[in-house]
Amino acid sequence: MSQSTATTVPGRSVWDGGVSPMGVSYGKLMMWFFLLSDAFTFSGLLITYGLIRTSHPAYTLAHDKFVFSQDYWPVPEKVFEAVPFLHGVSLPLVFVGLMTFILIMSSVTMVLAVEAGHRMDRKAVEKWMLWTIIGGITFLSCQAWEWTHFIVGTEAGSTIKEFVNGAWTTRPIHGATLHENQYGPRDFADFFFFITGFHGFHVFSGVLLNFLIFYRTVTGSYERRGSYEMVEKVGLYWHFVDLVWVFVFTFFYLV
Amino acid sequence: MSHHSHEPQVVVLPPNKEKIRHLWKVAGILLLITIFEFIIAFSMPHGTAKTAIFVIMTIVKAGYIVGEFMHLRYEAKVLFWSVLIPTLFIIWMLVAFVYEGMKLSDINFLGY
Repeated sequence: MSQSTATTVPGRSVWDGGVSPMGVSYGKLMMWFFLLSDAFTFSGLLITYGLIRTSHPAYTLAHDKFVFSQDYWPVPEKVFEAVPFLHGVSLPLVFVGLMTFILIMSSVTMVLAVEAGHRMDRKAVEKWMLWTIIGGITFLSCQAWEWTHFIVGTEAGSTIKEFVNGAWTTRPIHGATLHENQYGPRDFADFFFFITGFHGFHVFSGVLLNFLIFYRTVTGSYERRGSYEMVEKVGLYWHFVDLVWVFVFTFFYLV
Repeated sequence: MSHHSHEPQVVVLPPNKEKIRHLWKVAGILLLITIFEFIIAFSMPHGTAKTAIFVIMTIVKAGYIVGEFMHLRYEAKVLFWSVLIPTLFIIWMLVAFVYEGMKLSDINFLGY
């Protein structure tokens, strides 16, 4: 919020000290650079996913004839088509779309908490922080369900072909582990666990931070301090978590 | 809001209606783009065009989140570019890795 570009003495650079050339506090600036480094970490994961995926054969036959196989990379919307309480109904990407909606909404409530903080409105900050925490917990619960479904697998499952004692044999497989899975090559499940897991861990940390901010707001720390800037800093982190999900949603689920 | 004086009396300002309306508008745009992505996901055949649309939509969404929600659009230009310019390395990483992946794929096929 502080756009105060401090005027300097003529002949002296803004970088000579005494003013903030970037117009933000130290804490907020460091949050920005932390998030930048975190963006590189997530890029590393997602881009490696792209590398491994393009180095596997893609499924090229008719879309409605798709079956799980170890021979090619699965079509994501054929993997993620389950919704809680609607067993056996094929609803591709609906649940993950709902998760996206939940996370975007919690980002909106966060930014409303920041707006309330600018006005020193403690009651409104409390309200919007609480909604943000609820949104985060709901997202994590959805993810817990999705992981469970992914790990347990479907009744149909698929067959795994392997070379045992000098002969090719097949055996049925359901669900997924880091070692093997019913959906496709081993790497597919590994990336699912690592990418959504690493993001989920960020959401989890974000919920803890949000709760800390909520607690400090309720106990009046920021009111006594005269500034709700901590809400902004944690808000930056929370929006970043939403931002990462936008990319995970596109590159893991849609493409 | 960077004054450090101790105020015993807290002055609560009324909600900034215009700003709040703007934030909801941004949220609406984000939801519309997501819905649009869904429509595309089920109405277009798989291919480069579809992937390109998804990538563009994702970048638009990212722009709104970083620019409006994270307020970067309104920060000092030095900060804006300090955050944005390093992400060019990510673009390069993407190009290099996907190219590498396609080459690996060729080698794998030859090996069969």
